[in-house]
Amino acid sequence: MSSAATQKRGFGAMLWDYLTTVDHKKIGILYLIGGGFFFLLGGLEAMIIRIQLLVPENDFISAGLYNEMITMHGTTMIFLAAMPLLLGLMNVIMPLQIGARDVAFPFLNSLGFWLFFLGGILLNCSWFLGGAPDAGWTSYAPLSVQSPGHGVDFYVMGLQLSGAGTLIGGINFLVTIVTMRAPGMTYMRMPLFTWTTFITSILILFAFPALTVGLFLLMFDRMMGAAFFDVALGGNAIIWQHLFWIFGHPEVYILILPAFGVFSEILPTFSKKRLFGYTAMVFATILIAFLGFMVWAHHMFTVGLGPVANAIFAIATMAIAIPTGIKIFNWLATMWGGSIRINSAMLWALAFVPTFTIGGMTGVMLASTVADYQYHDTYFVVAHFHYVIVGGVVFGILAALHYWWPKIFGRILNEAMGKIAFWLFFIGFHLTFFVQHFLGLMGMPRRYWVFLEGQGLDTGNLVSSIGAFLMGIGGLIFLINIIYSSVKGEKASADPWDGRTLEWATASPPVHYNFKQLPLVRGLDPLWIEKMEGKGKITPAEPLDEIHMPNGSILPLIMTIGFFIASFGFIYQTDHKAWLIAIYVGMAIALGAMLTRSLKDDHGYHISKEELEREAE
Amino acid sequence: MANNPNTSKLKMNSFQRQKKKEEMKKQVISFALMIGFTLIAFGLVGFSEMDSMFLVPILLILAVVQVGFQFYYFMHMKDKDHEMPAVMIYGGVFAAMLTLAALIVITWW
Repeated sequence: MSSAATQKRGFGAMLWDYLTTVDHKKIGILYLIGGGFFFLLGGLEAMIIRIQLLVPENDFISAGLYNEMITMHGTTMIFLAAMPLLLGLMNVIMPLQIGARDVAFPFLNSLGFWLFFLGGILLNCSWFLGGAPDAGWTSYAPLSVQSPGHGVDFYVMGLQLSGAGTLIGGINFLVTIVTMRAPGMTYMRMPLFTWTTFITSILILFAFPALTVGLFLLMFDRMMGAAFFDVALGGNAIIWQHLFWIFGHPEVYILILPAFGVFSEILPTFSKKRLFGYTAMVFATILIAFLGFMVWAHHMFTVGLGPVANAIFAIATMAIAIPTGIKIFNWLATMWGGSIRINSAMLWALAFVPTFTIGGMTGVMLASTVADYQYHDTYFVVAHFHYVIVGGVVFGILAALHYWWPKIFGRILNEAMGKIAFWLFFIGFHLTFFVQHFLGLMGMPRRYWVFLEGQGLDTGNLVSSIGAFLMGIGGLIFLINIIYSSVKGEKASADPWDGRTLEWATASPPVHYNFKQLPLVRGLDPLWIEKMEGKGKITPAEPLDEIHMPNGSILPLIMTIGFFIASFGFIYQTDHKAWLIAIYVGMAIALGAMLTRSLKDDHGYHISKEELEREAE
Repeated sequence: MANNPNTSKLKMNSFQRQKKKEEMKKQVISFALMIGFTLIAFGLVGFSEMDSMFLVPILLILAVVQVGFQFYYFMHMKDKDHEMPAVMIYGGVFAAMLTLAALIVITWW
């Protein structure tokens, strides 16, 4: 297991290493690969949607397939692309930032990844097995209950699996941050990305159970003959909407807060100034998370909750603009008077500020109940949430990838290609979505398969589709950049950006135990403090001693395969009871793996002091 | 507390033994009280002729006290260094209560 023995290995050995790994950095890379794959799938679906809407009354794809496309685009992008990419970044970077050697529960970390990945695969199996889910990514009852075929069943089981994985990941990060901070790393010295990881994990912990419950109710209704959402039998279809949005609104903060954290790292680094208003930033993050739990009904203004409920939720929603505004101004003030370096990572961060502000502004417009009756379910809403999710989260992920790529993979991404990709994607993005505000105000409804000629919608949709192609090309160039850089990229030094936080005190990529000696943290931006005091190196907090490391394990994968098989059983047992066998076999595999994990002692291994001394440069 | 290397049986000094004894006493008392509360709750439902307007609040109060025992004694929230678990638990209680209140008030009322 020591690094000397792992230099040259065959492909099989490497594959086995990744299948069994419990190392937070490798799991983070797996998350990035998995999330990247689903991001491409979701992007492909987006392209197909935009081709269908290129001209009026197009018949590029059928109406039914269009419904499947929009459903899978939304579901894939939110659950299988954006969130895993962020979880991957958190996985690699957060333990480095707090000076830990791994996350608190390495085994669970691996389990969380495999649950997400096989859940996503399960969901996408539906394409080949009689049709994907077609009730929208929100899957509102009663539409989702009555949708024929097995599409929505795959939605339920796929999201249940990947949701469990996310929940496990969130709890893991919480425990890691609470218990494993390096000596001196107090809460108020944690970098903002770690703070947002912490707050995001709290949101995951409290919000995902609502989705789990909702999905179970939908599962019981569709597969086991229950009637939670069946009004004719005394059920209530609105419960789904409440449960979904009690989860769904915190979910969008689960997506955006880590992106906020990313920008709060990048802007100070490339402005060569400490983050302006650190305390206010932390407080604003907490406030956004807190308010995020009491605004879900703003997605349901037109359901008929009544004027009192609508007014309360409208005010609460508008209140979120305050902490978000604090953040925007703090980022601006961070750059103010700084020595700004503009590279790809910084470009994404700079583009984010105005783009996200536009998205926030339309958010306040939508929060006004009265106006929302006009905007609801039009392209105005589509434009709004793409401005915040693409302009916030996707820009954030791309910025983070450029920023942390050297740390994760040891190579610097090509700057020229990075900038070309940025400009194509950035211009394409605004072409695609800015015009959709006006399409929406002109009355074009969301989720419609075709639009008619001569209603003033032709030009807008054409522009939007052209923009989407530009985004696609930008995305492809980023992909080529990754391949090019992994072959020919410049080898990265430990600290290529003149960084401020602890992750830049480790090698690029970091050794598998991260820190030979745990670092002593003497303040906010610990590496910068040491640089300013002329040392440039982190002071160790402990003498060199042997390091306790966890063993790898294939059990998380086996466990997840068990749940995967059982999910097929649950989906198809409505057709034929013989499928119950799949449930029994799958659950037996999963429970067997759990039992093995519980009964077999695995105390990990130690890296001896001598070995560590030998590795010293 | 469990991580304190001094708590191994051999090295335990009289002060720590005293503390352990007190801790055990508290655990037993709260356990007995919880059993008692449960018996009272079942008894009230099973044998009393109380009006439900009166009975339900009593049961709720008993339940809240039991949850308190659970959190503070059995899950050690009364001990030092449990601020973060307390914040998390109360945060979770807040989110759950909000959900229930909303469903009751706007969906079923």
